[in-house]
Amino acid sequence: MFSLEGITKSLQDWLYLNFNPTWALVIECLIVIVLAIALFAFLGLVLVLMERKVAAHMQIRLGPNRVGPKGMFQTAADTLKLIMKEGLTPDGADKFLFNLAPFVVMIVAMLILAPIAFAKGFQIWDINIGVLYVSAISSLSVIGILMAGWASNNKYSLLGAMRSGAQIVSYELSAGISILCIVVLSGSLSINEIIASQQNGWWLFKGHIPVIIAFVIFMIAVTAETNRAPFDLAEAESELTAGFHTEYSGMKFALFFLAEYINIFIVCAIGATLFLGGWMPFHIGNWQDFNHIMDYIPSSIWFFGKTFFLIFLIMWFRWTFPRLRVDQLLNLEWKYLLPISLFNLLLVTVIAIFGWHF
Amino acid sequence: MFIKEYLTDIYKGTKSLLTGMKRTGYYFVRPREIITEQYPDNRETLVMAERFRGEVVMPHDANNEHACTGCTACELACPNATIKIITKFDITPEGKKKKALDTFVYHLELCTMCGLCVEACPTAAIKMGQNFEHSVYDRSQLTKKLNNPGSKIREGVE
Repeated sequence: MFSLEGITKSLQDWLYLNFNPTWALVIECLIVIVLAIALFAFLGLVLVLMERKVAAHMQIRLGPNRVGPKGMFQTAADTLKLIMKEGLTPDGADKFLFNLAPFVVMIVAMLILAPIAFAKGFQIWDINIGVLYVSAISSLSVIGILMAGWASNNKYSLLGAMRSGAQIVSYELSAGISILCIVVLSGSLSINEIIASQQNGWWLFKGHIPVIIAFVIFMIAVTAETNRAPFDLAEAESELTAGFHTEYSGMKFALFFLAEYINIFIVCAIGATLFLGGWMPFHIGNWQDFNHIMDYIPSSIWFFGKTFFLIFLIMWFRWTFPRLRVDQLLNLEWKYLLPISLFNLLLVTVIAIFGWHF
Repeated sequence: MFIKEYLTDIYKGTKSLLTGMKRTGYYFVRPREIITEQYPDNRETLVMAERFRGEVVMPHDANNEHACTGCTACELACPNATIKIITKFDITPEGKKKKALDTFVYHLELCTMCGLCVEACPTAAIKMGQNFEHSVYDRSQLTKKLNNPGSKIREGVE
């Protein structure tokens, strides 16, 4: 059976056999960097195309279908165009911050990648506080957005960035509390242990209704955190031209655009890890034969399948719902999501204490 | 009661959101519903809607006869002087003079496809055509003569 664990292990053994530990670590870091950048480039191409195709089919259209078979090279052509465009810096802008902001947003997206388990034993950094790390780092992305909005010297950019700040700060809460529900149930902050605790069933099924509520709240909150419709007030193209990235062009704009999709991938990967068992195959109680068949599907396919399912869900939201107003946005968080998720956390804690889950 | 209202709000909101998602999901899994026309690939098989207004045309029958009496009702109805009717006088067999159409000048470049001329016409001599491929290299080609050369008014149309 295909497994990424064997490959990483044999590579590590070979490196430590042929180099001294320091150099082996350096080479491993380089490999990780190359893989992470390759994943980002691949995700950027695939997710943008997926978004456009999903959008088109939901609006009874065809979507891109001219470049390559079924329009598969459309995003590659778009990227080529963006590379060739001039990366303009406006005269009145704060040049340093303006040019730094897209990289800050990208680096934050890259940092969250570290503790995610892509397959069995295929993880960049197995830290024992993985979930805490993810929720801590993901709130940093607002700094990049605020930086871009402030440095652009443009009122639309500033408005978009401010809205984004209000939005991310408030939705961070309910996303965090939803994550906490799973932490309470599995009793661990480590991504690997959370996945291991779902060996006999995913938390979404094991945890009764409270976990389903937590999952729904998590999906709503991360949609808001990634600044996507119906919560895309930060870029609201009909009101603020393009919000915080109004003044960006060329490759710097592409970095923001890419970061949005990388963020979607990451939050969906977290969601899949916490609620849908990460790379854990789908198991039903004591059906040994069924479970064995499911085990034959490689764990990486399980992980990416679940993640892309959640990404599809978020795209579905985007192309169905209209954008919220700022007051509605904050109403939803402070009057509905936060009280519900607090109450829900209480229920989950009771379930965990009495061991009522399966 | 507050709690009851609160829960009803949540229920109604969730329900309406799910209704919307059901609709888009319905379209997503049914590619046959797609309404995109891949013009110009499907130019041969393109079917235009009956009510589409592309240009003013004057139908002629097999004997090269039209139904225009030259009454200029369409010219008067036109809001932006798209139509210019030039009349002449025919001599009837009884030796009387009768007003008839000489040239129906139609300025496509001025036309807004409002269809008021078609509504004004008492004899249904003109109608809106389906053709929409109007681009030409010289704008003088947009000034059209709608009655065919040598055509005359159909018998019995007054």
